Amino acid sequence: MKATLILANGAVFHGRAMGAVEDRVCEMVFNTSMTGYQEILTDPSYAGQGVVMSYPLIGNYGVNGEDNESFRPWAEAFVVRHLSPMGSNFRCEDSLGSYLRANHIVGVEGVDTRALTKILRSQGTMNGMITCAEHFNVNEVMRKLAEYRVSGTVDRVTRPEKEVFPALVGQKLRVALMDYGVKQNMIECLRKRSCEVTVFPAHAPAREILAGGFDGVMLSNGPGDPADNVEVIKEVRALYESDIPLFAVCLGHQLLALATGAKTHKMVFGHRGGNHPVKDLEAGRCFITSQNHGYVVDAASVDPAVAQVSHINVNDNTVEGLKYQRPNCFTVQFHPEASPGPEDTEYLFDRFIASMGGERHA
Amino acid sequence: MPKDPSIKKVLVLGSGPIVIGQAAEFDYAGTQACRALKEEGVEVVLVNSNPATIMTDKDIADHVYIEPLNVASVTQVIQKERPDSILPTLGGQTGLNLAMALHEDRTLDKYGVRLLGTSPESIHKAEDRQGFKDCMESIGQPCVTSDVVESVRDAVAFAEQIGYPVIVRPAYTLGGTGGGIAYDEPSLREIADRGIHLSRVGQVLIERCIAGWKEIEFEVMRDSAGNVIQICSMENLDPVGVHTGDSIVVAPTQTLANREYQMLRSAALNIITALGIEGGCNCQFALNPDSYEYAVIEVNPRVSRSSALASKATGYPIAKVAAKIALGYTLDEIPNAVTGKTTACFEPTVDYCVLKIPRLPFDKFTTASRTLGTQMKATGEVMAIANSFEGALMKAIRSLELNVRALRLPKLDEFYTDEIEDMLVNVDDERLFVVAEAIRRGVSPKKINSITKMDLWFLNRFKNIIDMEEALIRCKGVPDEDTLRRAKEMCFADSYIGWLCQMEQKDVKALREQYGIIPSFKMVDTCAAEFDAETPYYYSSYDGENEAESRDTGKKKVLVLGSGPIRIGQGIEFDYCSVHSVWALKRLGYETIIVNNNPETVSTDFDVADKLYFEPLTAEDVQNIVEQEHPWGAVVQFGGQTAIKLAHALTDMGVPILGTSSDGVDAAEDRERFDEILNRCRIPRARGRTVFTTEEALKAANEIGYPVLVRPSYVLGGQGMEIAYNDRNITDFMRIINLTVQEHPILVDKYLMGREVEVDGVFDGEDLLIPGIMEHVERAGVHSGDSISVYPSIHVEDKHKEIIERYTYDLAKALGVVGLINIQFIIYDDQVYVIEVNPRSSRTIPYISKVTGVPIIDLATKVMLGQKLRDLGYGTGVYREADYFAVKMPVFSFEKLTDVDTGLGPEMKSTGEVLGIAESFPQALLKAFKGANMRAPKKGGRVIITVKDEDKQECIGIARRFADMGIELLATDGTRQTLLDAGVPCTRLARVSEAHPNIMDMIASGTIDLVINTPTKGRKNDTDGFRIRRATVEHSVGCVTAIDTARALLTAREQGRSEDLQAVDITTI
Repeated sequence: MKATLILANGAVFHGRAMGAVEDRVCEMVFNTSMTGYQEILTDPSYAGQGVVMSYPLIGNYGVNGEDNESFRPWAEAFVVRHLSPMGSNFRCEDSLGSYLRANHIVGVEGVDTRALTKILRSQGTMNGMITCAEHFNVNEVMRKLAEYRVSGTVDRVTRPEKEVFPALVGQKLRVALMDYGVKQNMIECLRKRSCEVTVFPAHAPAREILAGGFDGVMLSNGPGDPADNVEVIKEVRALYESDIPLFAVCLGHQLLALATGAKTHKMVFGHRGGNHPVKDLEAGRCFITSQNHGYVVDAASVDPAVAQVSHINVNDNTVEGLKYQRPNCFTVQFHPEASPGPEDTEYLFDRFIASMGGERHA
Repeated sequence: MPKDPSIKKVLVLGSGPIVIGQAAEFDYAGTQACRALKEEGVEVVLVNSNPATIMTDKDIADHVYIEPLNVASVTQVIQKERPDSILPTLGGQTGLNLAMALHEDRTLDKYGVRLLGTSPESIHKAEDRQGFKDCMESIGQPCVTSDVVESVRDAVAFAEQIGYPVIVRPAYTLGGTGGGIAYDEPSLREIADRGIHLSRVGQVLIERCIAGWKEIEFEVMRDSAGNVIQICSMENLDPVGVHTGDSIVVAPTQTLANREYQMLRSAALNIITALGIEGGCNCQFALNPDSYEYAVIEVNPRVSRSSALASKATGYPIAKVAAKIALGYTLDEIPNAVTGKTTACFEPTVDYCVLKIPRLPFDKFTTASRTLGTQMKATGEVMAIANSFEGALMKAIRSLELNVRALRLPKLDEFYTDEIEDMLVNVDDERLFVVAEAIRRGVSPKKINSITKMDLWFLNRFKNIIDMEEALIRCKGVPDEDTLRRAKEMCFADSYIGWLCQMEQKDVKALREQYGIIPSFKMVDTCAAEFDAETPYYYSSYDGENEAESRDTGKKKVLVLGSGPIRIGQGIEFDYCSVHSVWALKRLGYETIIVNNNPETVSTDFDVADKLYFEPLTAEDVQNIVEQEHPWGAVVQFGGQTAIKLAHALTDMGVPILGTSSDGVDAAEDRERFDEILNRCRIPRARGRTVFTTEEALKAANEIGYPVLVRPSYVLGGQGMEIAYNDRNITDFMRIINLTVQEHPILVDKYLMGREVEVDGVFDGEDLLIPGIMEHVERAGVHSGDSISVYPSIHVEDKHKEIIERYTYDLAKALGVVGLINIQFIIYDDQVYVIEVNPRSSRTIPYISKVTGVPIIDLATKVMLGQKLRDLGYGTGVYREADYFAVKMPVFSFEKLTDVDTGLGPEMKSTGEVLGIAESFPQALLKAFKGANMRAPKKGGRVIITVKDEDKQECIGIARRFADMGIELLATDGTRQTLLDAGVPCTRLARVSEAHPNIMDMIASGTIDLVINTPTKGRKNDTDGFRIRRATVEHSVGCVTAIDTARALLTAREQGRSEDLQAVDITTI
């Protein structure tokens, strides 16, 4: 069956339908990772977005029960050049195509994804609609595209109830993890470092957390415009004002920046992929990181009395990490939990463990 | 950290002659690195014995020494040039071993030369089997269970401990020379013995055999600050067991989920960190297809064939960045030349699929064992880029130039399905096609997977191609738009679609154009379009957007066709010519467009031409580019036979061929037309006939009189050429030739056993410039590519030189040559004959350019564009002779190829060459022999002489000279009798067929310095001579197979003086 992607700038891409057959409007973003499509699809940070994979061969190793970053896929739509009809891997349980259908993700294959990526890169992330209809009213589609905005996504993706994950090896520390759209591997990175992890819904009040006797708090990644989360930011501020060790990633990093007076802005096309170089200014070293964000903290808005830029992106010099003056508080824009992507910055979890007075896990 | 200011003069070591396992990739890496060093204001001193390389050009390094790559000669260069540093990681295993030797004997210390980049300790850790294993253990990286042994007995004991089969890997050899898989004790004994012998340190590694696991490679880099990045991942289609150089390789990996991928990526980064490498490094892993279990197979702490492939596959210039790291820069301080905006500190991400297929030499070495294993056999490779695996595969197959246009080997049609199934177990160069044929016959991918262990994903991609073939067959006549579009998206050639649909190729093209299915070109930009890139590096696709929009630069566009994969007979020298032509055209203000598919070469570096199209060199693929670019003209003279073959097609497309027209090329190759020209010019040539059948051949041979030279017409590198002495030889030859070639006639010529002379000339339509006249040491009958070539000629009389000049002029004029012409002559009985004329570049151009100082390609390019020689400053006629003698010596790769006869003959066998330059002929000869690693026997040494009857009389003089030097001679009965009759003392040796100890035992004993054995005729592999020659290869004993070569060796030995050899900086010539 034919499927069509219509972008807000009027560009139209024809391809073949894959996954669910229905009209879907979302914000189109591209990701340059060459592996990890299952992790990407199930990353809650993609809620409200349609993902274009710039790598053309997708689905080669199928899908499996282990590589989910949450209990369901969150991406609204998926656009690829070639969908592999079969997956080949010792862990493969299903083909990607059948997984997309089963999970109601709308998709198009056979699209010139490079041309599409170039549009998103040069004109910026924009809304798009995927339809299988042979005929559609352009004006109506354009109106829908103009109206659509990614919003309320943290509320959609966060857990309704708190959930406790025991440490995988001899428990030493207890960590509260704020779920703004947390990826499973973030939980696992703590668990394997002897942490019992209690995952809280996004709106859990700070006092409840602080009363919980935790050794530290971690603010997770998540979708959408950080500034939309007005109530959450207040709670983050309260956490900040305590002396509990704090570590934040991605949306969490942005929320803490907003909570402490800095500003964020939307980037033209964001950073999504597994090859972004980040320089740790203190160590003078560069690391290749996994990234997925469309908003960024304004470097100029960071009050030096509050925090210092600790990491920058080597490609575009944007803020990738902040070290706060407040003791035991640091945040990064990129994803040390990787999954998918390079695991070179996983040591930041060790740093967090150390800030909680714990030992580096063996 | 910025550049270290104390580095001012750097010594760079090249990799020497092209051999299997070490080819053009090091010219590419070395050239790129030298340019990077010069860009930083560093003075570059280069030593490389290979004259065909671009890196040994005056414009690449400041001081160029084409000298043997050994400790003595490099020490001499160090004494003379006094560099402050040496960069050891660019010259392959040869350069690395040599740098380590200079470090170990404290030469570097003595002259205050610093090793840049990776430290000797790190290199040692990576290269030494046990050291490496210990290091891997210390960082928790699993290696395959293995042990280093120094004796066959220990090897057997260890194998019993871990169980057969086991893999044997010799330490410190390139391309895994001498290794192999042993399935039982006898085979282990044989392989281990050979491996211990070939290893520089007498060690081999015996390891658990993990054949069937996936073979995965990562190219990684590290700088002095400890920043580590991955450049490219690669997956071999052939599971572990086939040398990666002989494997079909896809980039990036295709069947690894993120988890396995990151596991191996992290392992590679941990390894490069633990080893402390500063620069590039290649890590090879074996991955159990059914679990996360993996093992580190090998690490190369230097640029390599894989790093060249990774550079071309991603656009990331590894050698350049490695050179800058060696100077002290960190990755984030080095700009990314492709985007111009970002830095070298990032990981390339691609949005296409890259496939490499090795080019194996079995079309030349028809008797060689085609089995692939841990010993590399490929001479070169092709790479293809497409947005699908299927597309990359189809393009790569076309690029191989093996007369195969798709995933189908016609000869397999003749086999029954059960035979095809049986063939699946054979691990050889044809397995890809056998697998495809099995799928075509309905064998399930699952079953094929169980036999071949090739991943099901790849097998299903093959099936996808075959399903497409069937879809096309079904639409017999006129394929519908959707089917045709999908076929083109898989990069099916129009000609193949036509064959499947029973349509003319041109009708397929017309049909798809009617449907609007036209190619577009995509850019290779290192970043999957995330950043705007400036690199004009393209591949074709059938996706909509075209990124190769030709902007009008106001310059005329010239298309330069490259020479494709490196193979015997068409080597790196043609890349040298193509690149120089591009540079000349650029200097003249033209916009240059290069088309090539060889990832190892300089020509496919993205900043050589103004635009690079990485595409197959077939008429259809080139036409797509022509329709995109509308070039003003095309250059085909420099890309060897590959480019010349396309001259007609380009003419038909309306692209003017610059220089000699395609008709001129034809006239030189077409027997009748060429004879007519010779007659017209009154130039004698050997009597000859054109025949088709064995009867005609016998008749012709008897009329002309034996010996005769027989060969198929339209060949390169003397393929299938032989000297026949009698009717039986002819019958044998015709039987074999009729197995493969039918459509072209066979040529039977009188064989003239005279002195062979070769010239390269530049002709502008009026004037001729001959930069130099070369003479071959071996008489006619040995292929010119395998002959020792001497410039200036020594024995050619002036009157003959005049005749040669006249003939060259007349032939160039008659053929309408504009540009280059290469002619081989024979001087026989005071008469000059023409053997062969090639109106194109030749393999002697690079060395003659370097020795004479005449920029031949530059002149030829200018002449092609209409300039006149007399205005170009190098005069006309024969250029004045240089003050130096230069000897070009062939180098072979026989130790890599089992069952290949090492005897020289009309068919070319060498893979590369070295040059010896000195002020006298014997000294130049001595240097060349040293460069080729041929050791001349010394007083007290022992030489075996056993020659064919035709050579018996001639060998007496040679034997006597050896005897006079105090060398003991040994011979089997026939030759011995001849020598004794002539009064030359000689010890008797038992023949191969006689009881032990016989000649074979003597060769194996390690007490023989040289074997002189001239081959009898015929193509049999079971003669005594064949066994003797092979034994010399297996036991690393020097072997000379032509009387003339032996004489040259004596000349070098008697008149050359090692202690007087002077290193010559060719930039001062």
